[in-house]
Amino acid sequence: MAVYKAGTKLNSAACDTQIMILRIPGDDMEITCGGAPMQTEDVTEKVSLDDGFAGGTLAGKRYVDEAESMEFLCTRGGDGTIAVNGVALDIKQAKRLPSSD
Amino acid sequence: MNIYLILQMAADAMPDRIAVSHGTQNLTYAELAQRARQLAAATPAQHRIGFLDESNVTAPIALFASALRGVPYVPMNYRLAPDQIAALLARITPASLLTNKDIDAEGIAVMRHEDTETLSDYFEEDAPDTEGLIAIELFTSGTTGEPKSAILRHDNLMSYILGTVEFMSAEEDEATLLSVPPYHIAGISAILSSSYAGRRMVQLPSFTPEAWLELASREKVTQAFIVPTMLQRIIEHADAHGLPDLSNLRALAYGGGKMPLSIIERAMELMPQVNFTNAYGLTETSSTIALLDPDDHREAFAAQDVKIRARLASVGRPLPTIELEIRDDNNAICPPDVAGDVYVRGEQVSGEYHGAGSLLDADGWFPTRDRGYLDSAGYLFLDGRADDVIVRGGENISPGEVEDVLITHAEVKDVAVLAIADEEWGEAVGAVIVAQDEANPPSVDALCSLVKEKLRSSRVPSRILFKQELPYNETGKLLRRLLRSEFETTQDEA
Repeated sequence: MAVYKAGTKLNSAACDTQIMILRIPGDDMEITCGGAPMQTEDVTEKVSLDDGFAGGTLAGKRYVDEAESMEFLCTRGGDGTIAVNGVALDIKQAKRLPSSD
Repeated sequence: MNIYLILQMAADAMPDRIAVSHGTQNLTYAELAQRARQLAAATPAQHRIGFLDESNVTAPIALFASALRGVPYVPMNYRLAPDQIAALLARITPASLLTNKDIDAEGIAVMRHEDTETLSDYFEEDAPDTEGLIAIELFTSGTTGEPKSAILRHDNLMSYILGTVEFMSAEEDEATLLSVPPYHIAGISAILSSSYAGRRMVQLPSFTPEAWLELASREKVTQAFIVPTMLQRIIEHADAHGLPDLSNLRALAYGGGKMPLSIIERAMELMPQVNFTNAYGLTETSSTIALLDPDDHREAFAAQDVKIRARLASVGRPLPTIELEIRDDNNAICPPDVAGDVYVRGEQVSGEYHGAGSLLDADGWFPTRDRGYLDSAGYLFLDGRADDVIVRGGENISPGEVEDVLITHAEVKDVAVLAIADEEWGEAVGAVIVAQDEANPPSVDALCSLVKEKLRSSRVPSRILFKQELPYNETGKLLRRLLRSEFETTQDEA
C-alpha cells in the first residue's frame, strides 16, 4: 500500500506494461499489474503473471476505476491487467475528434 | 508530464513508421527519437534551443530535444528583418540556435542543420518531469506592438494532446502536409498531434498553391492543415488549372483566421470526398479549442434552414475538455446570439507571457480578446478582435459586420474595416476597398448606401480608401496597424 501522486511513472513487475498517473486521490492504495504491485523503479527480474489479471494493456489507452476517481495513461502495453486494491480498471472511452492540426 | 513522452511512446510502439518526410529525406520515429537524444546531448544545460529557418527535419528534432533537456524550444520567424531578429535573439540568451543563416550574436551558439546529423553522444536520462516546466516560448507576430513571448508549459500541451488525439490512431498510409511555418502554434501542435497519432508529417517549407498541390498528390497526402489564405489560393489555382490527383486526400482542417464563406463553399464543391474541419484556437490556448467538424460542414452545406446554413461561418463547438463563455462589458454571461468577449478555461490554456505574467483570472478563465457569440445550439461565431472594435460615440461597431456587407458588392474583391480617429465621434468607420477591376472601382456613394440599407447609418464608412491589395502577413493575418497609419497619412475624404 502506498500514497501516489499524479505524474508518477509505474512499471509492471509481471509484464512490459508502463503507466503514468494522470489523476489519483490521496488515499493509501495498492496498484497492481498482472497481479503484482507496480514499481516506480525499472523492473529487471519479472515475476510470473497472475492468470486472473492477464487481460493485457494497450499503449495510449487511459484506464479508470468505475467512479472515474483516478486515471492512468498506459505509456507501454503489456500482458497484465491493471488493478487498484484488487479491482480491475477499465479503458476510458474517449470521443473521437477529427484531426485539427 | 513532459511532451517527450509523445515521441517516446511513438518510438516504442511504432519505431519503423516514418515520422517525417522532407524532400527525399525520411526519418522514422525511432530515428527521430535518436536524433533528439543526440541533439539534447550536444546542447549545453540551461541553453534554450532556438530554431530560425523554414521547416525541415531539425524542427521536430529540436522540439523534442528541448523537452528532453527540460529547456524551452523557441522557434522564430525567419522572415523578420535582421535587426528584428537580433532584438528577439537578445531576449532568449543563452541559447543554442539551429539556423543556416549567418547569425553572430552574443550568448547565441549557432548550430547548422546539417551539423545535427553527425552527432555521436547520446542523452541517456529520462525527460525531466518538473512541475510547471516551460516547453515552448513563441513570439507573437507583434501586429500591435513589440512581439510578446507567449509561454506554453508541458502540462498545457500534454493536456491538449491527450484530450484531442488517440494514440496510434493513424492508419499506416496516413500522411499530413505541414505548410504552416514552424514558429506558428499550428506548426508545433501538428508535430505533437501527428507523432502521437503515428501519422507521417510531410513538410512543405514554403507555401505556393502549385507546390502544395504537387506535393499533396505526389506524397499521397491524406490530410492537411491550412490557413484560409492558403485555401483561397489553392482554390483559385484549381479553378484556373484544375486539380491533380488528390484521391488520397480525405481531410482538410483550416483555421488561424476568418474563412470567407465563398471559399469554403467552393472548396466543398471542388473536393466533395474531403472532410472539412474548422479549428479555432490561439497560441495562448495550445492550439485548437473549438471545432466545426465534417458532419457540421455537410449538414450546414445541405441545409435549407438559414440558421443551420449559417453554421458554415461558425468555428463550431468547444472541445469536450474546454469551457467557453461569452461575457458582456459587466462580466455577465451573454444569452445566445448576443455578442460579447470570448473567455475560455481548460488545462491546455496557458494565457501567459514573459513579463506580463498570467492573464488568467482567479478562476482560471482566459480572456481571448476575441469577440463572438454562441447560437442556441452552442455554435461559436467569431466577430473580430476586441481591440478592433470601433467605438463610435459610445456605440460598439464590429468591423466584421460592415466588412460582411461591403464584400457582397459585386465590384468589391477584398475589404477591411477599421477604427479611424474622428473629431465628432471619437472613432468612426474607415473602409479600405480592393476593387475587382482597379480601373473601375465602385463609387463611394454606392458602397455607403449599401451599408446604410443593410445595417444603419452609424455603420456607414466616413472615409473609404481604395488600394490594389490589403497587407496580410504570411499566415493570412490582416495587418490593420499598417492600414491605420495609411488613414493617418492620407487625406482624401469620402
